[in-house]
Amino acid sequence: MSEYQEMEPTSRKRTPLKFIVGGLVIVAGIIFLIASSLKSTAQYFLTVDEALAKSQVGELEGRNIRVSGAVLGDSIEYDIDNLELSFTIAQVPADNQLLAEEGGLAQALHNAVTDQNRSHLKVIYHGPIPDLLKDEAQAILTGEMLPSGEFLADEILLKCPTKYEGAVPEQIDLEQE
Amino acid sequence: MVAEIGFGAIFITLIFTLYGIGAAIYGDRTKSQRWILSAHQVLKLVFPVMTISVGSLLYLLATDHFEVVYVADVSSRSMPLYLKLTALWGGQAGSLLFWSWLLAGFSSAVAFRKWDRDRDLLPWVIVVNLVTLAFFLVLNVFYENPFTRYWQDASGILVSFSRPEGAISVFPRDGGGLNPLLRHPGMIIHPPMQYLGFAGFIIPFSFAMASLIKKRSDDRWIRLSRGWTLWAWMFLSLGLVLGARWAYDVLGWGGYWGWDPVEISALMPWLTGTAYLHAVLIQEKRNMFKDWSLVLIILTYLLVIYGTFITRSGLLSSVHSFAQSRIGPIFLVFLTLTILVSAWLLSSRWKILRADHVLEQVLSREGLIIIGVVLFLGMLVASFWGVLFPILSELVTGQKVTVGPPFYERVAAPIMGGLLILMVLCPLAVWSIVSYKHLGRLLWKPFLVSLAGIALPLWGGYNRWPAVIAFWLVAFVLAVNFFEIIRRTRVRRKTEAESWGTALLHVLKRNQRSYSAMIVHIGVVLMALGIIGIEFFQTETQATLAEGQQLSLGSYTMTYEDLAVFDAPDARNVARAVVSVERDGRVLGELYPRRDFYYDSGQPVTIPGVRSTLLDDFYVILVDWKAVTSEGATFKVYHNPLVKWLWVGSLVFIAGVVFATWPGKKTNPRQER
Repeated sequence: MSEYQEMEPTSRKRTPLKFIVGGLVIVAGIIFLIASSLKSTAQYFLTVDEALAKSQVGELEGRNIRVSGAVLGDSIEYDIDNLELSFTIAQVPADNQLLAEEGGLAQALHNAVTDQNRSHLKVIYHGPIPDLLKDEAQAILTGEMLPSGEFLADEILLKCPTKYEGAVPEQIDLEQE
Repeated sequence: MVAEIGFGAIFITLIFTLYGIGAAIYGDRTKSQRWILSAHQVLKLVFPVMTISVGSLLYLLATDHFEVVYVADVSSRSMPLYLKLTALWGGQAGSLLFWSWLLAGFSSAVAFRKWDRDRDLLPWVIVVNLVTLAFFLVLNVFYENPFTRYWQDASGILVSFSRPEGAISVFPRDGGGLNPLLRHPGMIIHPPMQYLGFAGFIIPFSFAMASLIKKRSDDRWIRLSRGWTLWAWMFLSLGLVLGARWAYDVLGWGGYWGWDPVEISALMPWLTGTAYLHAVLIQEKRNMFKDWSLVLIILTYLLVIYGTFITRSGLLSSVHSFAQSRIGPIFLVFLTLTILVSAWLLSSRWKILRADHVLEQVLSREGLIIIGVVLFLGMLVASFWGVLFPILSELVTGQKVTVGPPFYERVAAPIMGGLLILMVLCPLAVWSIVSYKHLGRLLWKPFLVSLAGIALPLWGGYNRWPAVIAFWLVAFVLAVNFFEIIRRTRVRRKTEAESWGTALLHVLKRNQRSYSAMIVHIGVVLMALGIIGIEFFQTETQATLAEGQQLSLGSYTMTYEDLAVFDAPDARNVARAVVSVERDGRVLGELYPRRDFYYDSGQPVTIPGVRSTLLDDFYVILVDWKAVTSEGATFKVYHNPLVKWLWVGSLVFIAGVVFATWPGKKTNPRQER
């Protein structure tokens, strides 16, 4: 390949065809990379209700999914010798509008934990107990449904929405200015 | 009183900026230097006035004024003074104020530069800076006022800035305290660096917009803002690295980067900013791809605003969502307006952006850079798609589908590989045309040396093929750079009859830009070394040990010696284990993994004990312990090969950027090769 030496002076305005083709090949490669990665790694993001419904009809077999719910504080059990953590999460709606109707995420989490009629899902996880795991935390779990109807998590993401902002401090002194 | 001063200062700055915007536009339209001068003065003033506001908030934080809601939210009596001060960016309202302050700093600094040339750009630089600042000030005044206070009347506790009628002041005894996860040196510097990087990109953007508005087709705007861009880019890079370091040191999962939505949104402006830095090289040297430079800097600015919005809106679930907020809609409005205005400016001036040359050869330096830019943009598209995909899929199918780290890893790895190949060729390629023969002559020696980059890890047992390829590319980049420096020094030594030392010094000095690029690239491949090490070869194990028992991982053995539980003065309970580490029978030292429990927030923080060498890290987490009997403690242990190169490489990287901005003899870039 030594064609560059005899290359004709090209027109000033147009980019040669081979660069356009080369560029398209690179772009196509990247698009293919994104599409194929997406296909093999995309996960359903489900609520507890949806996860239970889908797993009953066998739709989730062997699939990696994400589930979100509210942590029931009393259900947290930790087997220290095997580092096996288990806890139960309760159904929280994922829709922003439904959340707003319940009075915001913090309130919705509280309702989910106190309401006996919500559906529950037992979660099992092997590893250190996460720092933020506590009652009424929002848990976002990645993993798969087991045939037993439990959820085997390999990643736990937790959020405690009320913690840092907006809550009026508990001890308040009243002073006249 | 101090709260009034602080809020008053924000408000006055907002009035100033609105006046300045009007004055600059009017001055430019009527060609009245007096109005432009007046707007110019405003630009100089915004920083000092904002400093009063930030100073007020710092004062309130330092003196425990918990009647101010923000102070009660993020500070507490038991915190040491330096943490009280850094609580300035520990919550939503304060960090927005801090952001505005940094932005005002950049704006005022650009006002104080010499404006003896290119005065036609000045009014629009002022306008773009002030519009951005005004946007953030509006957020602070109307949505996220850091100076609102608690009041009480018959109906209960109220939150408001000014005293509601019939209400009395309320003074909480103590505040909630800073989120414990944020009480770490890495977390103290990480946000300011990130914000400095974000805010700094306003300068090149404002010059780009000014140049577009003025219908100029030259590259003055790039040259004028080059130094600013480099500094902004350095701060952004530093911010990302410090964030990674903080995650490694505090979050205790043995990792450094989790493809969390907030991490991605901080990475995106870095991707476009990096692409921009490369694209402008071509525009400066060859006067090509002017449109690319403009599109890239506009994208960077949009992504900076978007990044701030994501980090601060609590929209996405992530480790960074420390706050929830209602500032979402106004951010979207501002983003949309910016997109519309930029798109209109670009399309109406598209014709004057035509290039002087065309691409002649792929292996020329401009060809390589363009491929690099495309790869950066590919990563950007993947990142953006990863964030957008769940939303789109929900809209289309009604079912939310997400993508996690595996998606980003699968896309990022080949792109990183492509970038490494480009970095091999980059120091050898010259502008416009390269001869393949010449290239081959320069490549064969470094190629042979780089084969050692395969042999060494194979010998050490690191033998997964993607990793081996990556190791080889890293070695190849290092070898090419090394040989190239030697070659040029030798040429200089021959022609000028100098000693090796002087010749090397002269070579480095004479072409500061190209060598700073080399240093930055060396930094990047060293970081890549660390990433390959931990991504491909991390191993882990866990066990519950009684005192005196041992646990082995790889060639390491650790012994659980002791555990102490005690209260620290800053209202936390500390459980601290002592483990001794040995390898091949040799005792290496003790590690102290611990768990801090913060009483005020009721939250524990896990701090690993790490023994770090250039070869590997031994990383111990204290998972749990039996409190009373002290009969056992549970540990999780990671072996992270080569990860220290990630931090070493980032230091080299930063050094390279500093070298690039170092004021030296300015060579005329057009004469450089």
